[in-house]
Amino acid sequence: MSTANTTAEVTTAPAAQQQRSTQLAKAGDWARRAPLLPALVFVIVLTQLPFIGTLVISFMNWNAYYPDERGFAGLDNYKRVFTDINARQAVVVTVLLTVGVVGISLVLGLAIALLLDRKFLGRGVVRTLMIVPFLIVPVAAALLWKHALYNPEYGLFNGLLKWVFGPNAPQPDWITNNPLWSIIAALVWQWTPFMMLILLAGLQSRPLDVVEAARIDGASSWQIFKNMTLPHLRQYIELSGLLGAIYVVANFDAVFTITSGGLGTANLPYYIYQTFYTAQDYGRASAAGVVVVIATIVIATLALRTVFSLFKEESR
Amino acid sequence: MDPSEIHHRKPPKKAALLGVLAWIVGLLFALPVFWMLLTSFHKETDAAKNPPDVFAPLSLEGYQSFFAAGPWPALLNSLTASVISTTLVILLAFPAAYALSIRPVRKWTDVLFFFLSTKMLPIVAGILPLYLIAQKAHVLDNIWYLIILYTAMNLPIAIWMLRSFLAEVPVEMLEAAQVDGASLTRTLRDVIAPVVMPGIAAAALICFIFSWNELLLARVLTGTVAGTAPVFLTGFVTSQGLFLAKVCAASLVVSLPVLAAGFAAQDKLVQGLSMGAVR
Repeated sequence: MSTANTTAEVTTAPAAQQQRSTQLAKAGDWARRAPLLPALVFVIVLTQLPFIGTLVISFMNWNAYYPDERGFAGLDNYKRVFTDINARQAVVVTVLLTVGVVGISLVLGLAIALLLDRKFLGRGVVRTLMIVPFLIVPVAAALLWKHALYNPEYGLFNGLLKWVFGPNAPQPDWITNNPLWSIIAALVWQWTPFMMLILLAGLQSRPLDVVEAARIDGASSWQIFKNMTLPHLRQYIELSGLLGAIYVVANFDAVFTITSGGLGTANLPYYIYQTFYTAQDYGRASAAGVVVVIATIVIATLALRTVFSLFKEESR
Repeated sequence: MDPSEIHHRKPPKKAALLGVLAWIVGLLFALPVFWMLLTSFHKETDAAKNPPDVFAPLSLEGYQSFFAAGPWPALLNSLTASVISTTLVILLAFPAAYALSIRPVRKWTDVLFFFLSTKMLPIVAGILPLYLIAQKAHVLDNIWYLIILYTAMNLPIAIWMLRSFLAEVPVEMLEAAQVDGASLTRTLRDVIAPVVMPGIAAAALICFIFSWNELLLARVLTGTVAGTAPVFLTGFVTSQGLFLAKVCAASLVVSLPVLAAGFAAQDKLVQGLSMGAVR
């Protein structure tokens, strides 16, 4: 704070400026940094330090039920994570969930963005309707799907089946029959609007005079889409896909609410939660946490690169 | 030029069909929420009918039994956590965004991308140390601990959003303030803040939504005292008997603030969700 005051004084007394120019350059540097520091320190302390803690604990033998056995464990926890059948299952589930949700909601989001990128009666209303699923609290959305839609006795899906096919209609138990797909569908419903919004913004930033020129030159809609729209959208597709992946990899709410990790749907965040919260195995939970971070870093690096190229374009 | 003007050369019939299709898709996506709304106003016995009885008499039974379950402490906790953490986020992010756009520090892009990268670290990767610290410091089930964590969680988004708004502040305005010898605090408060108010509001609304929605931290770090609305919702469906109308009412009530904030920030939603990369 004191550095900020120094510059304020200096600007009011320009005569003093020449004498202390080197000192000032330093003070100026700090004056520039001062407004940034509180936020930077805050974020470092609360996001980086805990992760270092996780890293340290991942090499320890630490189970809260056996406090006397605490000690260094080397790579044991990692070995246990990679040999534990539940952990391996959690990795598979995480990949399936992420690829499924991001893939499907990207394709749907793109199709809907293209539909909304044209003028029709009530376009604003439809756009608003589309955003609604994203504005339901995730836990509430999961409860809605689990009880009001999937429930075999009174859920809407089986209700519709009875409506259409009469009293002898099949009444499947959606979640028990397809646990993972049940979660994927609920998440696709919430994430398609996210993809759609970013892709629609991308579509609307398209240079239209060029498209118009191509159309006058006799290019077909498909040619324009394939050769002009899609290349322009590439960055936006990458960005929405990668950001979506970062959120879906870390998803806890839907798995926790819809299946409580049962029926083979425990993903890594749920596995970690269970290992540390229920089984109190701090070492193994931390090793799994480190594995999640390594997996996320791959996606995050790609995501950061995409943001960076968009960022460069914007500042040009 | 309006993007849709190019399309009007399509045969009108096809264009109209695509418009109808867009409407159908939009209604399908909103249908579960409409269904939730309708069910929340039905009696439990009607809500459990199969096939569904759409025209069953409306009733407030669901809402009554939700509010009878004592959701107010949880709703208040959520409100406290979201509003205070959002205020802290803006107070910290605004000067930081200034230092990353108007008078940028050296290597400001690196700093900016560092902030973004912290957002990509899943919460689950740090949750155990956060839990152990809370246990040691006796702040488990303390709403202030949650507030501080939510502040850190949302700071990167707010900094990115605010930075992109601050970059649009006209230079002349800042030069004038500098000539007048205004201090940093005054420049931020009296010169820049009024200009970027819509941006600050949008960033605040988006941070509010993320705090309000958060489950994992709240679930692990709070209990009976500081539990938030999402935690309340997860523990809500343990009772026996019919509960569908009650669940729908609860889900709607808890989602109302998010729906309100989301519609208010609708134009800036994209910018917030894409960390300010897309406008």
